[in-house]
Parts: sequence; C-alpha cells; structure tokens
Amino acid sequence: MNIIVCIKQVPDTAEVRINPETNTLIREGVPSIINPYDLHAIEAALQIKEKTGAKVTVITMGPPQAEEALREAISMGADDVRLISDRAFAGADTWATAHVLYKAIEKLGYDIILCGKQAIDGDTAQVGPEVAEFLNIPHIAYIRKIEDVSDKSIKVQRLMDEGYDVVESPLPVLLTVVKELNTPRLPSLKGKMAAKKAVITKMDLNAIGAKAENVGLKGSPTQVKNIFVPQSKADRKMFHGSVEEQVDTLVRELRELKCV
Amino acid sequence: MRIVVNIERCTGCGQCIDSCPFTAIVMQEGKAFINEYCQFCKACMNICPEGAIIEIMEEGDIQKADISDYKGVWVFAEQRDGMVAPVAYELLGAGRRLADELKAELSAVLFGSNEDQAKELIKWGADKVYHCKDSIFEKFNDEPYSQLLTNLVKTHKPEIVLAGATPIGRSFIPRVAARVRTGLTADCTALEIDRDSGNLLQIRPAFGGNIMATILCPNHRPQIATVRPRVMKRGEYNADRKGEIIPVSADNIACRTKVLETIKEVSECMVNLQEADVIVAGGRGLGKPDGFKMLEELAEVLGGAVGASRAAVDEGWIPYSHQVGQTGKTVCPKIYIACGISGAVQHLVGMQSSDIIIAINKNPEAPIFNVATYGIIGDVYEVVPLLIKKLKEVKQ
Repeated sequence: MNIIVCIKQVPDTAEVRINPETNTLIREGVPSIINPYDLHAIEAALQIKEKTGAKVTVITMGPPQAEEALREAISMGADDVRLISDRAFAGADTWATAHVLYKAIEKLGYDIILCGKQAIDGDTAQVGPEVAEFLNIPHIAYIRKIEDVSDKSIKVQRLMDEGYDVVESPLPVLLTVVKELNTPRLPSLKGKMAAKKAVITKMDLNAIGAKAENVGLKGSPTQVKNIFVPQSKADRKMFHGSVEEQVDTLVRELRELKCV
Repeated sequence: MRIVVNIERCTGCGQCIDSCPFTAIVMQEGKAFINEYCQFCKACMNICPEGAIIEIMEEGDIQKADISDYKGVWVFAEQRDGMVAPVAYELLGAGRRLADELKAELSAVLFGSNEDQAKELIKWGADKVYHCKDSIFEKFNDEPYSQLLTNLVKTHKPEIVLAGATPIGRSFIPRVAARVRTGLTADCTALEIDRDSGNLLQIRPAFGGNIMATILCPNHRPQIATVRPRVMKRGEYNADRKGEIIPVSADNIACRTKVLETIKEVSECMVNLQEADVIVAGGRGLGKPDGFKMLEELAEVLGGAVGASRAAVDEGWIPYSHQVGQTGKTVCPKIYIACGISGAVQHLVGMQSSDIIIAINKNPEAPIFNVATYGIIGDVYEVVPLLIKKLKEVKQ
C-alpha cells in the first residue's frame, strides 16, 4: 500500500504581528513550521504504516527552503519525500496548487492520500478536495477517527456541524484530517539522523509533466486585488479616566441602551 | 505577470521591504529587488512613494475564457435532514443584493428536501429554484453533490455561485471549482460588485490574520465563493413572492462513498454560544486559566455565555467548543465583551457582526479596539470584577 501525505510549510501565524505605524505584517523572525494539521496527517499515515506495512511518502509544493519541512517529516518516520519546486509554481492559488500536487501524485502512485484539513496561513481547506477531483477519486473531509482500514476500503468518522458521520469508501481515497484524530509523535533520535543524511528528491515542472499555463500565477483563476488593514468603526467610543470612571461610563451607556 | 522594480526611479528608501508580507524584497546595491518568493499581492506597489514598482505582463498571461455567456447569481441551499440550513437564507439575502446590482436573476439550487422547502427559498428571495428530489442526496456525499452541481453550472452558466462555508460546502464546492476550472474563494466576509468591471470583489481575511484581502476571479466563470453562517444578514421574507421551481433529475450520478451512520453530538455549550444574546470572551491577556472563572461570573450576571480566542484555547485554558473565530464558531450576539483579546483578524471575523462590542485591553494599540463600540483601556483583572460589582448594584 502506498500512502501520500501532502504537507505545507507555513509561517507560524500565531507569531505574526502587525506594525502599527505602517499597518503591515512583521514577518521578520517569524519561524516556518509544518502546518499543524499536516502533522496529524503524517501521524495518521505512520499509524496505518505500522498496521499494514504501507510505504509513506510525504510531499510538499513550495520554495527550496520547504526542504526543511520534509526533513522534519523524515525524522517522524516518513519513508520517502518529494520537494515539488519550480519557479513556475510561484503565486499559485488553490486550483493551481492542487493541479501541481495532482500531477506529482499521479507519477508517484497512491492508495491513500492524507492532507491536513486546511493550512493555517490560507485557511481555505480547498486543496485536498480539489486534488481528489483532479485524480477522479473520492475524498472524505474533516476526519476525526479512522475506524478501519484494509487493502480495499476504509471506514472513518467525518466531523459535521452537529456531530459526525461514519463513512466508508473504497481505495484509493483522499482524506483531510482534524486535530482530534491523533497526537503527532515527536521525532526519534534515529529519525533525526536519517533526516540529516537524507537526499531530498526534487520534482520540477518537467518532472511532474504539467503545462506552464496550468501552474503558478498563470494557472490561477483567482488573483489578489489588494490587501488592507480593516478600518476602525466610525462610531466607536474609547473611554477615558480611571478604571472606575470607565466602568461607570460603560454601565451608564449600557443602561441607556436598555441592555442591562 | 511579474512585479519588478524600475531601478532608475527606486531611491532605496526600503518602505517596500517592510510592506511585503512574504519577505520577497531585498536591498541590493542600494536598490530594491523582488525575488522568487513574490506572491504578486501588490502590497509594495501601493506603498512605493516613487511609483517605482510596476507590474509587467508576460506572454500567455491572459487566457480569457468566454465569460460573457455567464449570467445570474446562484445560491447553493444546503439541507440537513431535509430542512434547508439557515445559512442558505443568509446567502439569498447577499445574493439578492448582488443580483439586483447586476440586474440579473437570483436562483437557488436545492438537492434533496421536498417541494415545500423549495418554495421557502422563493419566499426568501430566489427567482428560480433548481430542485433535485433524488434520494441519493438525502445524506451528504461529496461525489453526487459535486457532479450534479458541476453539470448544472456547465449547462446554465451562472456568473456567481455562493455556498455556505460549512462542513458540507467547504468539502464539495472545491471539487466543482476544480472540475469547472474556475476560482473559489473561501470564507468571504464581504461581497461587492466592482462597478467598472462587473467582477465580484471577494473580501476575506488573509495570511493568517491581521490583514484582509480582496480576491478577484477576472477571467473565469462562475466566480464561486463560500460564506460562513451568521456573516451575512438574511433578506426580506415575502410569503406572496412568486418564482419558478425547475425539477432536475440525477441521471448518471455516481457515488463511491457511503454514509453508514449519522451521529448527533451537539454540546450544550455550542448551542449556548451561538444563541446567546451576550457573550463574554477571553484571550491570551487573561494570562491563566482562572481568568475564565471570572468571565463566567460576568456572563452569569448578564445571562450570557463564555467564548474564547484561539490563543486561550491553544493554551489549554478552555475547551475548543468555546472558540470564536475563523477556526471556531461565528457568533452574532447583541453584546460581545472581549476581555484580554488582542483582536487578530481571525478572531474578528467570528464576532464583528455583533451589535455591540465592548473591548477591555491593557494595550491601547490592540486591533480589537478597531471594531469595538466601547473601549476600556485597563487590566482585565481590575475592570471585570468592578464591572461585575456595578452590574450587580444596578440589578438590585
């Protein structure tokens, strides 16, 4: 059995701060991490490997430094990795990203594809289902438990708004996973050694066999028109004075509005 | 397309370097240089005082599909247990406004459910309802949903498609966008029509918070967007409204996945949070789990529920079911009291449509004050106990 895990290297957004003078993001010194949801996807793959002897290949599309994320995956226990990287992939939206991953996955062979439910920098949750559509295989999103897996099929719990569904699918299938699924393991010492020594295989535009018009900015139907900092409410009231005075004013305002 | 620096105009002031969310601009020999990490967000173009940063088009940039055939606004109305989900009525409110602006028709698409539910969609603003009653749609499976919606989109060519950013919409709509080869923007918080181009301006939080982005899908149709529940206001309900229900059949629709069981697990807290008139929420500024006990007391005095920011949940101070924001619940109470919450965009999108927002924070620069109706600058551990005391006095 072949398992592919798709991961993304993201800035640790909990650390991103805004410069109040220029109203722009301060990215300097923000560490890059494996998207937290993707760690749960790697863990799920490793657990299936332990049960079935499957081969786990972790892939990422990104700039050259995304290699670091793949080394971390090896240190957790991934058997193989691929860095899908090409200048032509820059500026990709979810459609063009999913297209590149689909082309790469087709070359690698697969029975189960695992993804985190979304990346914390974009929060779209779109790439996984789009990859499944390109591959013409079923997908199940927001998996919180894998109940059973065999060579032919898989049974999982899918998180819904008001509870969960138990869903069965034949293989091959793509799953996107939530945090409740498992606790990602820490790298082992042996894993860290392997990660250090590993030679990272790269796949570029030619290697995946995609057309330039379907990747990167050119292949992306959506474009960012502009980015902006949300403006403050025109009618806001900032209170002044001592804490007691401010609280008194608030209570008075709320009473006038008949809120209390 | 490429974004490049006209080095003759560049003065090397470095403002563009600070503006770049991707650290893609570096200084080389006193001039700015844009490297391969550029994501084409154009933030630097707006900030450059010399107008030295320009956009150049390359061969093959424009692949314009024939988009003029695409007309009308569609709302995908999801149902659960046969009942249309409330988010569909909110989308009809937004869709009606967009359709009127474009002088186009508003249609709803309903899979599963009965005729009565289809009629409700007309009363909430739809001119037409494409309705498929087939039992294959009773339970949610991605493949039949995406196949039929893809077929309908290809046949009827709508200009805009809106769907709920729910576990259902967020799961199957990407398949439709992939198949139709068009753009999809997740979790929009505002939708407008660009007067000049007629394009849909899709506004959503970007780069993990603090900043909003306007997304366009200029050369592909339909323009597809998902919107979270409780972000848009419902339209007007008119029981006398007339419209057309168009039956759709589900021929040749396949389904490989199978839903074996559906288990309801609604925690009381989730319901409380989404239905509460008052929410008292805490963030990292509380500094310790005990802070939530104080917030519970305030919530009790006001008859409300307790919410939290992602930071507080990540710290393990309070369970995830209390989380408000982009990765938690979207809420819309009458009063939202944010205690020690700095106000990352991710949190703001989950609560900014609240009627009254009261922000309590030590840091006067905290972005939460930007959306606040009332702002108190002070230590939550001083302000909240005092507020509890004064509110109790008022009540007596």
